[in-house]
Amino acid sequence: MGKWTRRAFITTGLLAGGTLVVGVAIRPGNRSAKVARLIADDGETVLSIWLKIGSDNVVTAIVPHAEMGQGAHTTLAMMLADEMDADWSQVRMMEAPAHKEYANYALARGYELGDMDFPAFLIDTIDGIFLTATKQMNLQITGGSTSVATTGMIGMRVAGAATKAILLEAAAATWQVPAHELHARNSHIFHDASHRSAPFSEFATAAADIDPPAKPQLKSENEYTIMGTSPQKLDIPAKVDGSAQFGIDTVLPGMKYAAVKASPVFGAVIKSIDQSSIEDLPGVRKVINLGDAAVVIADGYWQAQQALDRLKIEFTASGNEGIEQSTIFQQFSKAMDDATENKRNTIDFKIGNTETAMAESSHFVEAEYKVPYLAHATMEPMNCTAWMHDDQCELWLGTQNPLGFAAEVAAAIEIDQENVIVHNQYLGGGFGRRAFADYAIQAGRIAVQVPYPVKLIWSREEDMRHDHYRQANISRFKASLDSSGKPTAWVNQFVDKHDPIEAPYIPYGIENQLIHFADAETHVPWGFWRSVDHSLHAFFTESFADELAHAAGKDAYEFRRDLLANNLRFRDVLDLAAEKSAWYEPLPGNRGRGIAIHKSFGTIVAQVVEVEVNNGKVRAHRVTCVVDCGFAMHPDGLRAQMESGIIYGLTAALYSDISIHRGAVAQSNFHDYPMLRMDESPQIETYIINGGGRVGGGGEPGTPAIAPALTNAIFSATGQRIRELPIKHHDFNRGNPGAKDIA
Amino acid sequence: MMITLNINGETHAVDVDPATPLLWVIREQIGLVGTKYGCGIAQCGACTVHLNGAAIRSCVTPVQAADGQQITTIEGIRRNDGTLHPVQQAWIDEQIPQCGYCQSGQIMSATALLMENPSPSGEDIDRAMSGNVCRCGTYGRIRKGIERAAIVMAHEAVVEDTGNG
Ligand code: FES
Ligand code: FES
Repeated sequence: MGKWTRRAFITTGLLAGGTLVVGVAIRPGNRSAKVARLIADDGETVLSIWLKIGSDNVVTAIVPHAEMGQGAHTTLAMMLADEMDADWSQVRMMEAPAHKEYANYALARGYELGDMDFPAFLIDTIDGIFLTATKQMNLQITGGSTSVATTGMIGMRVAGAATKAILLEAAAATWQVPAHELHARNSHIFHDASHRSAPFSEFATAAADIDPPAKPQLKSENEYTIMGTSPQKLDIPAKVDGSAQFGIDTVLPGMKYAAVKASPVFGAVIKSIDQSSIEDLPGVRKVINLGDAAVVIADGYWQAQQALDRLKIEFTASGNEGIEQSTIFQQFSKAMDDATENKRNTIDFKIGNTETAMAESSHFVEAEYKVPYLAHATMEPMNCTAWMHDDQCELWLGTQNPLGFAAEVAAAIEIDQENVIVHNQYLGGGFGRRAFADYAIQAGRIAVQVPYPVKLIWSREEDMRHDHYRQANISRFKASLDSSGKPTAWVNQFVDKHDPIEAPYIPYGIENQLIHFADAETHVPWGFWRSVDHSLHAFFTESFADELAHAAGKDAYEFRRDLLANNLRFRDVLDLAAEKSAWYEPLPGNRGRGIAIHKSFGTIVAQVVEVEVNNGKVRAHRVTCVVDCGFAMHPDGLRAQMESGIIYGLTAALYSDISIHRGAVAQSNFHDYPMLRMDESPQIETYIINGGGRVGGGGEPGTPAIAPALTNAIFSATGQRIRELPIKHHDFNRGNPGAKDIA
Repeated sequence: MMITLNINGETHAVDVDPATPLLWVIREQIGLVGTKYGCGIAQCGACTVHLNGAAIRSCVTPVQAADGQQITTIEGIRRNDGTLHPVQQAWIDEQIPQCGYCQSGQIMSATALLMENPSPSGEDIDRAMSGNVCRCGTYGRIRKGIERAAIVMAHEAVVEDTGNG
């Protein structure tokens, strides 16, 4: 656990596994001059790095997270404001500048608290060097659904409470009254006995000289006044009149535009560029060879892209040119067969003895599932504006990891990280994609070659073909059932494991379990995609659970419920989902309901989908969603995140398929990587359970369970079991073979 | 080639290749960046603007086709008194935007729909809005927002009628 040091601006602690984590900054005395300069306007006193109080008594919460639409800014500001007893209408928020002092230690801590090792993907963001105590200073990531769960709970609330405490102490000293006679409300401090009151701002200067308490008293749930309510989100007004500034909206004097084409085959490099093919085109300024990508700079983006499309570029062969999607799946199957044959599977989770249990059974169920690569397809394609001047590289972009980006760009262009300045803008979608710095590195490498600012915009085609993809995978299962239909053993094998560790684990009370995997790396760049490994494993495990229910001759809901007898929190979520979806109400012949439950990022979600399969077309009509994230800080925001996660997951389940052809991504735009649209969008009802305990994430947990809930519903409507996504590849005018039920 | 664009009631003369998509002229020459690029092939609706009151995809509309025509962008749909259009207000009331990137296009499609059809059915909404992708999945809220705006606008129309009568 971290230790609070009395004067420390940041608290630190060493965790099992050698991970250093750091707590919150509340000590004004230690703030660095650099940070104060970045956030303090004239007449304002910086009380802590998480907030400032202006002379107009406006409290500005400084949120160390990017706003990607998940409402982090609002929710975090609420947590801080509530602990301070601030007047919510007088609370503003700003994103913390990308500076080391703002490093988001909470992310590391979020993973630690989830009983996980430090995730490997973060290591890459910091220059490939293994994380050490000092290197952790470079973390400022919005991902892992941790903003509320960790930054909020550990950072914002403590900062708010500590700030209130020093304001009260400052007021007590000023008014010469005992501190316990004072109370705070609506950004004012009151002394009832003498009928005095004054705004926070009056004590800001005095408070800046007071040591904050080592452990400020946090409110209990019944004292909350802002947390648990749903004030309007602070970022929304700017998003209805076109004034919200996204990275792509950056305009600088003298700015030019760049279009880029990287080698379609991952791993290939440029052999030659024939510039003569575009030399006479209007507006073209420069052609740049980045080694693995060609860039055209022009006066306008369209001119740049047109010229790039005509530019003759030759790529060298990388050896990956023969790779097809089918060969990748063959590679996975072979790796799994080999690992099993040679007993080389890596054991992921094991309890009991599956071999013994299976030897005692005569009823087995086996199934194999397959999922494709997926692109993020954020609505705003990757882009970054870069300007190299006065030995500094300034970047304007949307990023989930401003500090990591600064470090990576600095390394790529060989300048000091202090000289890379990241101006983070609104993100037109993140979903994990904007944690990878490739587009910022390209922009930086372009900027060092020209004297003017350049806005690099990836075409949608470039964005889709050069993503960091959710992995394709195969997952195999075998289970045994006893004579009453209760599962006695669960064996699961898949390929390649990323994060989070618990993604393939099941909540069910099955005494003997073996979960293991084989390694089968491919040349396709991996990336964390909304809910990361949960997005595939929930489909696998919850499909197979459904197959077991069917094999046992039981109702899909009741079968799960029985196995959750020792997992009551899951059971409550499942029960409410069944109740609210009217699980037992009969449906017309071509309709069916499917249920699934999964926990990710500390949040349990159950979903019931009501589907209609008509003339070979699948249509999800209704989704009932129940979520328990401990405590919903902003219930409407949580509902919005569930709706968003559901549509994201439904889109993937129904349509999304990134496939490899001749070593490259075959898809290029929304015509061949289609999106769910308004006319196919189901009615979604979300119910919230405040189950207590540690607060879980909200941005990702809506996604994992929706695919299996949908395919389980299709099974109930048609008897057809979907074992391979996306659903669009299945023909519903024909049947397919059922699970191998070896009785 | 010189092209005259009337955008949000203001006239601009721009010297561009007539084949340039209107989207890029609006964003780069005129400097109105509320209109977004999402796909460039009329598949996502992020670039939606009004051409003589109808919703069009500016990413596939050559600027030449807009010469001398009335163009409205997200920056131009506020009421004359500066207040928000009922659709914009409904977007706030229903707390619709998440990342917000698609929302200029969504609002432009929704305002065009309500101009043409003041009380759209569910199917009308589906038809008018299915060209606009929202990767954040705000469709359910958008539907409610349009229904809310339709009610507000119908009420305004009644007030105006009786006021004038
Ligand atoms: S950018 Fe025009 S429809 Fe997508
Ligand atoms: S709000 Fe993000 S794409 Fe629609």
